[in-house]
Amino acid sequence: MQKLARTLAAAALLAGSAIPALAADGRDYISIVGSSTVYPFTTAVAEQFGKTTKFKTPKIESTGTGGGLKLFCAGVGVDTPDVANASRPIKQSEIETCAKNGVFQIVEIKVGYDGIVLANSKKAGQMQLSRKDLYLALAKDVPSPEGGDRLVANPYKTWKDVNPKLPAEKIEVLGPPPTSGTRDAFVEMVMDHGCAAFPQIKALQATDEKKFKAVCQTLREDGAYIEAGENDNLIVQKLEANPRSVGIFGFSFLDQNADKIQASAIDGELPEFKTIADGKYPVARPLFIYVKKDHVGKIPGMAEFLAEFASDRAWGEQGYLAEKGLIPMPKDEQKAMAAAAKTLSVMVNK
Amino acid sequence: MWCANTVKNMNRHAEDNSRPTGSGGMGARARVQAGLAARYRKERRFRLFGLAAIAASLLFLAVLLGSIVAKGYTAFWQTQILLDIHFDPAVLDVNNLATANYAALVREATLRLFPQAASRQDQRTAAKLVSTGAAYRLQEMVTSRPELIGATRPIWVVADDEVDMFVKGHIPRDVPESERRISDKQAAWIDRLAADGRLRQAFNATFFQAGDSREPELAGIRGAAMGSLFTLAVTLALSFPIGVAAAVYLEEFAPKNRWTDLVEVNINNLAAIPSIVFGLLGLAVFLDCMHLPRSASLVGGLVLTLMTLPTIIIASRASLKSVPPSIREAALGIGASRVQTIVHHVLPLAMPGMMTGAIIGMARALGETAPLLMIGMVAFIVDIPHSFSDPATVLPVQIYLWADSPERAFVERTSAAIMVLLLLLLAMNAAAVLLRNKFERRW
Repeated sequence: MQKLARTLAAAALLAGSAIPALAADGRDYISIVGSSTVYPFTTAVAEQFGKTTKFKTPKIESTGTGGGLKLFCAGVGVDTPDVANASRPIKQSEIETCAKNGVFQIVEIKVGYDGIVLANSKKAGQMQLSRKDLYLALAKDVPSPEGGDRLVANPYKTWKDVNPKLPAEKIEVLGPPPTSGTRDAFVEMVMDHGCAAFPQIKALQATDEKKFKAVCQTLREDGAYIEAGENDNLIVQKLEANPRSVGIFGFSFLDQNADKIQASAIDGELPEFKTIADGKYPVARPLFIYVKKDHVGKIPGMAEFLAEFASDRAWGEQGYLAEKGLIPMPKDEQKAMAAAAKTLSVMVNK
Repeated sequence: MWCANTVKNMNRHAEDNSRPTGSGGMGARARVQAGLAARYRKERRFRLFGLAAIAASLLFLAVLLGSIVAKGYTAFWQTQILLDIHFDPAVLDVNNLATANYAALVREATLRLFPQAASRQDQRTAAKLVSTGAAYRLQEMVTSRPELIGATRPIWVVADDEVDMFVKGHIPRDVPESERRISDKQAAWIDRLAADGRLRQAFNATFFQAGDSREPELAGIRGAAMGSLFTLAVTLALSFPIGVAAAVYLEEFAPKNRWTDLVEVNINNLAAIPSIVFGLLGLAVFLDCMHLPRSASLVGGLVLTLMTLPTIIIASRASLKSVPPSIREAALGIGASRVQTIVHHVLPLAMPGMMTGAIIGMARALGETAPLLMIGMVAFIVDIPHSFSDPATVLPVQIYLWADSPERAFVERTSAAIMVLLLLLLAMNAAAVLLRNKFERRW
């Protein structure tokens, strides 16, 4: 017993003295942070890269777009990430933070598109929704159904109340919480557009942008919109268990579960590879990676990693990323992006 | 209240016994007799509540374990396909073993099984039946045995995860073709392979040998398990000695005053703090101030040390308190110094309790994810960590990451990883019980 205690104490001392020596003074792998939406794609590239080159497999953290860019912009040097995944373009404020910390040379590479789908169980009928229907079904305050400019608390209980062509089912939508990038994209692409269908609200956009956002982007809190957490698998399972509910999640989960769930058409378009890529399906967003140019050449394998990402076998139409559910860019856009990845053309400060 | 009643009843009972023949005694006995049935009923009800509570918790546990095992046990087997691989000298030669196109060998062997797949589209679908991991396997084989070049060998290679799911019945056959990830054509091919004896279910060794992967059939828990091991090693090496030293000082040497009271209250408080707070602290101190590497198991271990210290200190103090003062007094009485008393007598007697506390603290640390999020250990890491400063992740984080993956094959792997984690926890708790039984001394 005594011996054990002594050994443990010695080990602790040793560990304590070893700590300062281990500080991050060199890094021989690429460090990537950011969006959980881009994570499945970047990881696939990283794995392929690690297995087919002599470089180590990059390390990828799933921190969310905002958290990732915050880390990315913390400075230049081995203890900051080299690449940030983002499910939205970088914001001006983030570029400024970057610049303040000495990160001036940021390369923006669009890697493809992601569709946000509304889907329900196969046991129920397929829905034909418009963005206006969705706004009326999900916003906290909507224009009074009796007409006039007044906004009232959302009175609609069933889909049929919203639009007589829809089924007389209770409105029950499972979606992501406010911290999620998917939610941001959804309110921007669906709710903003849907509420702009009402001229009196659209007028607000010009006069009082803040009010416009508040009116359009605040979702109901009376149980019709249910925050179901960040885990999209969970939403799929809940849809199966409750065929009356509709879920909001990323396209890759629809792609993997097509035997259980079906997508609703939005403004007459079903989410498919083709409709998302050519922009016909209205709820799609581009996905990006941001690269710190100062790190290229310092961290081994950066250029090769970007080349792998921009290769046809990765993000091409038949590439392994499409297999994972990433929607490929049109050919010419792909070419432009591959060139950007190769020449590392720095973003022009907006 | 309940206690007071019992005491009163007992007293009454004693009185009855001592005066069995008294004139007033008969009345008291009658009163007791009258109330007896009700008291027995009360006791039965009380016991029943206890029993019901245990039954309910056992039921929940059974449902939890049952659903995990039912979902996860299939992950320990994996579908494999028998391919006749021709190690074509045109593709391979001794000089290009690292860069040769092994995937082409696999593809060619696969296509030979399906001569009817003529169009490019068909060939592509056929090649997809086999996992991309097959090429890595061939590379390993050829690198270790270059004499294989030129030969043709039957080799079992791992099937694609979707084939695996289909064979295991997780992809239904009875839905329209457009809705499953396996087409009718692929299904027919798989049936052909099965009929030819070229399909088998083998033990999934990859699951225990590989690090994380985006291909479910190549994903394993080795990386996460090693990460957990390194992290826990740091945690144990730091928190046990520090915790025991703190407990010994507080219990044996420290004067009882306001200052030590304050320390004690704070330690008890720390034990109840949500673990994410320790993660934030770790981020601020270890990463931002001390510039330790992000995502390293060393930092994870340091953060978890902070988290487990209070648990260990509290358990150690309790076990020091339970050593009878007579032992200390006897040792001091025959002339031992205080240090001798503590090191030779008190500590060995208190050690089983301290170790139990340490193991329970470790078990809690093994299951933590929240504090690790802040220091970058929630990450995709393929390479298995070999040192304390390598980027690493831990078992519960691996479970979380897989649970969030769209591929269906990750569902069973998630459950399988949970089973492994539960087994580890069980082993640790069993160790705690064993240690206690082995070294415990009763007075």
